[in-house]
Amino acid sequence: MDNGLDDLYREIILDHNRNPRNYGSIQQDSVISIEEYNPLCGDKIIIYLISNAGIVEKVQFEGEGCSISQASASIMTDLIAGVDIEQANKLIEEFHNFMIDNNDDFEQNQLGDIDALQGVRKFPARVKCASLAWASLEKAINSLDN
Amino acid sequence: MHDDIKSLENKIINIRNDFPILNREINEHNLSYLDNAASSQKPNIVLDKIHSIYSTSYANVHRGVHTLSMEATQAYETVRNTVAKFINAPNHQEIIYTKGTTDSINLFCLGWAKNNLKKGDKVVLSEVEHHANLVPWFMLRDTIGIIIEYIPVGKDYLLDMNIAEQVIDSKTKVVSISHISNSLGTIAPLKEIIAIAHKNNAIVLIDGAQSVPHERIDVTSLDIDVLVFSAHKMCGPTGVGILWAKKSILDQMEPVIGGGDMISSVTFDNAKWNDIPYRFEAGTPNIVGVIGLGSAIEYLEAVNFSELSQFSHYLSEYARKELSSIPEVQVLGPDNPNDRSNLFSFVINDIHPHDIAQVLDAQGVAIRAGHHCAQPTLNKFGFSSTARASFYLYNSIEDAKQLVDGVHSVISRFT
Repeated sequence: MDNGLDDLYREIILDHNRNPRNYGSIQQDSVISIEEYNPLCGDKIIIYLISNAGIVEKVQFEGEGCSISQASASIMTDLIAGVDIEQANKLIEEFHNFMIDNNDDFEQNQLGDIDALQGVRKFPARVKCASLAWASLEKAINSLDN
Repeated sequence: MHDDIKSLENKIINIRNDFPILNREINEHNLSYLDNAASSQKPNIVLDKIHSIYSTSYANVHRGVHTLSMEATQAYETVRNTVAKFINAPNHQEIIYTKGTTDSINLFCLGWAKNNLKKGDKVVLSEVEHHANLVPWFMLRDTIGIIIEYIPVGKDYLLDMNIAEQVIDSKTKVVSISHISNSLGTIAPLKEIIAIAHKNNAIVLIDGAQSVPHERIDVTSLDIDVLVFSAHKMCGPTGVGILWAKKSILDQMEPVIGGGDMISSVTFDNAKWNDIPYRFEAGTPNIVGVIGLGSAIEYLEAVNFSELSQFSHYLSEYARKELSSIPEVQVLGPDNPNDRSNLFSFVINDIHPHDIAQVLDAQGVAIRAGHHCAQPTLNKFGFSSTARASFYLYNSIEDAKQLVDGVHSVISRFT
């Protein structure tokens, strides 16, 4: 019996936490950077986004926080690099559906490692951790529109 | 184990029977509740009192002529005497009911400080304060231009009293300090701070949120000017706190919230304030909460809470020693056990405290993870958050052992 812990801390999550993908700042004039905090626990995520001709060319992140928040950010950057803005918005919406509305209708081929975050949904207090990176991505994309 | 610790351990067995929640299983483990610095559990005497007041003697206070209102009023007002006796205040009229420690500090800032301080006056805080003893002063600074300075905390987790001597000067009007730091567990040298403040004619406010539940604070013998604390951390209900201040200070304090109960007479143009303490208690108060606080204090007195606090300290020291011997764990706090209270913060390598708390919860251990509303303090030591274990009078050696076992399993899961 593990009370859902094995499901929460799946190996993929721990791996993303230990070896975050696309980690570090981007120093470039055209970069958009958005900082998000979780005031509850002090988690912090900064998203750096470069877009060109309607395509998200590059997303990186920096931050500190629990394994869930860091792994979720790492997975998100993997997933979002190279997609167009419309697709990015769709993924944000689908992540929201998946994490907050408990909807599993994520298109399988786009799922990537997101599926590994399933176990988080059993721990309502941690949903915010998983959503932090996506919230800052959404802000970054919105600021592109303006 | 020392003899007197052993006899306290036996006493704890009975104490635990007074707290029904301790029978709960969490994730199929016995509950090890070590989040007492955030809030304490409630004994039957408090739960029963709340139930019996609502079932037999409930009505609004200070209004009615009828029997129920008189009974409720009497039960509610008697608690002022109970509290006054508990902290050895000279006069029960100096006991003001608030919503909690935070509310008490805000009331003092807006009611007294805002009306008695002027631009350029200095307020001295420490670098280990809870946000509740920082933010109200920031708000006041932004309104009337007071200057805020700090007694620094050193790498040894102690307040730097040499600098305190310099920071507290003739321009200082208020020194507002937490007796025990809720994030580091450091005990402030109260007597020394009060002496320096009074030498400079400054008023001393003591935030007793973390100390009043554990030890007798005698405001008269310590010559404290203002004491604030919360009921819910000392076996009482939530939503009740105390602001005690010397009568001479309360006389200089203006009401902050207007309404019923705080006036002696009202016309269409004006109102005359009611007497102290009622002028600071507008609106229908937390009647049953206050009565519950009275029962909580009776309970603490009956079990000799300050003696039991020695056992909480023993448990905290035991857990701290066990955890310190694990290479991956770093325990924060001063070197000398006498400078430490019944709580400590710790970190485990690069495992985030949120993850520590999650895995511990799966084993029935409740601790706090985060910045403990003391963000600047933790940042100073290079942490954004820590895990915190805090002990109270019903905790057993099993609770402490469960924590230590839990930390081992946290480490094995993440490495």
